[in-house]
Amino acid sequence: MAYTRTERALDELRPMEAKVGVIKNARGSAMFKIGKTIAYAAVYGPREMHPKFMQNVERGTLRCNYNMMAFSGSGNRVRPGPSRRSKEIGLVTENALAPVIDLTEFPKTVVDVYIELLQTDAGTRCAGICAASMALADAGFKMKDLVCAVSCGVVGETPVVDLDYSEEAYEGGAVDIPIAMIPRTGEITLMQLDGVLSKEQLHKAMELAKVGCKKIYEVQKEALRAKFRED
Amino acid sequence: MGNLLVEEKSIVVPGDVLADGMDYLPAGGAFRENDKVISAQVGVVELNGRLVKVMPLAGTYVPKRDDVVIGRVTDVSYSNWFVDVGYAVDAVMSLKDGTTDFIERGAELSEYYGIGDFVVARISNVTKSKMIDLSMKGPGLRKLLGGKVITICPLKVPRVIGKQGTMVSMIKDYTGCHIIVGQNGRIWISGNSPEDERLATEAIGLIERKAHISGLTEVVKEFLDSKRPVKPAAVAENTQ
Repeated sequence: MAYTRTERALDELRPMEAKVGVIKNARGSAMFKIGKTIAYAAVYGPREMHPKFMQNVERGTLRCNYNMMAFSGSGNRVRPGPSRRSKEIGLVTENALAPVIDLTEFPKTVVDVYIELLQTDAGTRCAGICAASMALADAGFKMKDLVCAVSCGVVGETPVVDLDYSEEAYEGGAVDIPIAMIPRTGEITLMQLDGVLSKEQLHKAMELAKVGCKKIYEVQKEALRAKFRED
Repeated sequence: MGNLLVEEKSIVVPGDVLADGMDYLPAGGAFRENDKVISAQVGVVELNGRLVKVMPLAGTYVPKRDDVVIGRVTDVSYSNWFVDVGYAVDAVMSLKDGTTDFIERGAELSEYYGIGDFVVARISNVTKSKMIDLSMKGPGLRKLLGGKVITICPLKVPRVIGKQGTMVSMIKDYTGCHIIVGQNGRIWISGNSPEDERLATEAIGLIERKAHISGLTEVVKEFLDSKRPVKPAAVAENTQ
């Protein structure tokens, strides 16, 4: 079944907005909005890691917490607090960010990243990763690069980028592939796939996501610069 | 041939390519990847000959040996004091480094420094796994009595001190306050009156906000002149 988008092109992202330094009491913070999905990330620490057996004497640990707020959307996914799903997303977020961040200066400590979704319309883990990487940079941690993330996939038979909820729930079937990328090197740090699609469709969707990530990168960099220009 | 790809003094973010070619070398806050020099953190680009450096605009305090810091005692054990110096883990000050006084066997250590007391101390050692040792032996290292402690971003400390301490001595002159600046961003201010202390706090706040501009001393001098045309006499310090 062929799917056509009406409001935007197949390779077009939803309108984005980013702001850095949104939470005053956090060491670093950022907001990332894409379409109707809004993610806030707050960074605390480095602080002492408890329980002690989880301490790493070589370097600090990155710990991400993902949470959809109770009022953030509809559907059976929105359940605030810890769940199998939020734990998984916290873990993949850590793994997506770990290759860029250097915490060797802070052994035995933990850096906490709290990602809160105020409003959800699909692509939440990607929005969360975008916000978290900006928040870590805002906190002044040494990083190789920012991390950009966007979902791509196949709706019906059509490869698209940045699916919204109506597309994810498309009755003709949809495959959603969240991608996180280190834009300077093109390394992929997150890729999850659940569904059936052809090799060609996957390649096409990945290409769309890579182009999309570059666009997100510009938005992120501009938001970071804007905060520090103000000061 | 190497090219500098950003202007000096411009704001960069992690991942920005600062220069390409082997003519430029990465210094603090930057690293090399293949033939490119890349920024590792949010900061301002500084150029020193062939060295490209990123002066950080945000960050936390990382304890270094021989830093003089202001710490708060958080716990007292049989032979140690534990002191919060603004890092993730507390620093340890052992009995023998705590004071030059003779301490009798079985003496109550909290009579020297109790929980909640502020001290000026020197970091005598930092291990690779960031265990921090403190010492109180040295000129000017002591327990702080009276006054107040404010916290600023540790990266702005050099601006608060100024070249050869010019900035902080100017604030001392104008307000008559005693000021001790710890490398960890804690500043102790003790003056004749709360107004004096408030003025000193405001001046330090101004430095923190405008830390990136040049000619900061003039700006602060103007601010202090407008608030306090007549300099008060310095006061004798409340010592133990």
